[in-house]
Amino acid sequence: MRRTWWIYLIGLLGLIAVAAPFLWMVLGSFKTQGELLRVPPTWWPDQPTTQNYDDLFSKANFPRYFLNSGLVALAVTAGNLIFCSMIGYALAKLRFKGRNALFVLVMATLMIPGMVTFVPLFVLVTNAGLANSYPGLILPFLVSPFGVFLMRQFFLGLPDDLMDAGRVDGTSELGIFARIMLPLTRPALATLGILTFLGSWNNFLWPLVIAQTEDKYTLPVALALYSTGQNAQNYGLLMAGAVVVVVPVLVIFLAFQRHVTKGIAITGLK
Amino acid sequence: MAVVTESEARAVRRSAPPGRPRRKVSRETVAAWVLVLPFVVLFLAFTAGPVLGSLGMSFTDIKQRDLRTPFSVNGVGFSNYAKALQDETFRKAAFNTAYFVVLGVPLTLIVALGAAVLLDRGVKRFQALFKVGYYLPVVTSIVAIAVIWRFVLSPDNGLVNTVLGWFGIHGPNWLGSTTWAMPSLIAMAVWRNFGSAMIIFLAGLQGIPQSVEEAGQLDGAGSWQRFRYLILPLLRPTVLFTTVTTGIGYLQFFEEPMVMTKGGPLNSTTSVSMYAYQQFGFGNYGLATSMAYILFVVIAVVTFIQFRLLKEK
Repeated sequence: MRRTWWIYLIGLLGLIAVAAPFLWMVLGSFKTQGELLRVPPTWWPDQPTTQNYDDLFSKANFPRYFLNSGLVALAVTAGNLIFCSMIGYALAKLRFKGRNALFVLVMATLMIPGMVTFVPLFVLVTNAGLANSYPGLILPFLVSPFGVFLMRQFFLGLPDDLMDAGRVDGTSELGIFARIMLPLTRPALATLGILTFLGSWNNFLWPLVIAQTEDKYTLPVALALYSTGQNAQNYGLLMAGAVVVVVPVLVIFLAFQRHVTKGIAITGLK
Repeated sequence: MAVVTESEARAVRRSAPPGRPRRKVSRETVAAWVLVLPFVVLFLAFTAGPVLGSLGMSFTDIKQRDLRTPFSVNGVGFSNYAKALQDETFRKAAFNTAYFVVLGVPLTLIVALGAAVLLDRGVKRFQALFKVGYYLPVVTSIVAIAVIWRFVLSPDNGLVNTVLGWFGIHGPNWLGSTTWAMPSLIAMAVWRNFGSAMIIFLAGLQGIPQSVEEAGQLDGAGSWQRFRYLILPLLRPTVLFTTVTTGIGYLQFFEEPMVMTKGGPLNSTTSVSMYAYQQFGFGNYGLATSMAYILFVVIAVVTFIQFRLLKEK
């Protein structure tokens, strides 16, 4: 058909507009400092070099930041999967006093700007002696209202008959949750897991305030400090650093994008 | 065999040992509390507690140095709120935030809707590729985005000014100009965020049955007319939903100025969140939390109005 031609062209132009800055960054990370400052700028690297990446992993302490980011993101993701599925199941499937009040309370906090809790949270964590520590980086994010909402919605869609069958067989209430119902929520767990991992990996403000010495920096913090400190003029190093931050999340996102987009579509939430 | 009255039976049930509960409900309740407890503890400590704490702080003169001696803090009533509202820079920040929301939300939604229609109706074959491509900025760290965009907007060797140069246009110093810094950040925010609304629009579009469009086609409606008078009205709940979520997010406008301009030049990109964060950095905790609460009230009111619109459908 003639008509589909220009529709694909529009789509492609849109894709270029969205992706051009990324390509620019990836190509830039292989350029020398001299070439990056050239006017007019080049698109393809004149003399491609991996010097920026070598510097990043030898001079800068990026392996450490990488490890910190991974550790924090994995712990936060595990916490969300465990605790949000637990309360999500209780809110959806178990009858207990205060259930509705608890759900309304959790939903209300979805609307509160992060800035509202930021100061007292900082005071709390600092006074608890957790500043500049992994628990200080991890604990405030172990549960999220979004996770509770997602898991509750998913459990609501599962039939009650399965629970009754378990009860007849003499399975304990917690056994019904852990062995019968939880395995059925794998798609929701995948969505929550990926989104939480991405969110934690990219989290910036809290680690910036809590991580005070270099050995506790996460990747975004390190990159931000590099882009404003004395290394701010070393553009090649910056771009290589940005690539190192982006590539892991891209790989994870591409591998699981089906779950993510489906999960977002199901719950209708960002 | 003695006759057991109803009240006696109830008494027996009540005195049943806790280890061997007779009623299913109580087993269920115990299980529920086991499942709920860890969340409640974390939620109270790291969300509900800080919310109440900040509300308290906003009515005191607490400063950074008071953290170790919390009993030297004095209540000051609403004076932090009054101080914030009279602050010249706070007003400027409120104006900037409104500027960002009023321009940014519609632009983001229009681009998102356009992309969703394109994906749903247009590019059937490479749909997954386009979808992932358009969603890419959403999952990217703001810090990496800042590195990229500083180059895109750089006055002498930036991508935008280079392209403009091909047409003989001498582009401005985007981030260094009080006129252009804000529109630059809006463009960046649209680029970064339209993907999330796009996914929701896509779900909405896919929920509209094919027969609706076919009926329109039979009546001789062109594709624009079909979109305007058939698809868009059916998409109304989705449109209002994305407006609410994008609106809440944009009212908290923070990360773009934080990493790109630090609020400059001359406070032309300082947002309310950003200014509250700066006051926090200066140690003015009472003032900072009162600003955050003013923002919260505005968000609550705007959200409430939007939900009223949503319900009136």
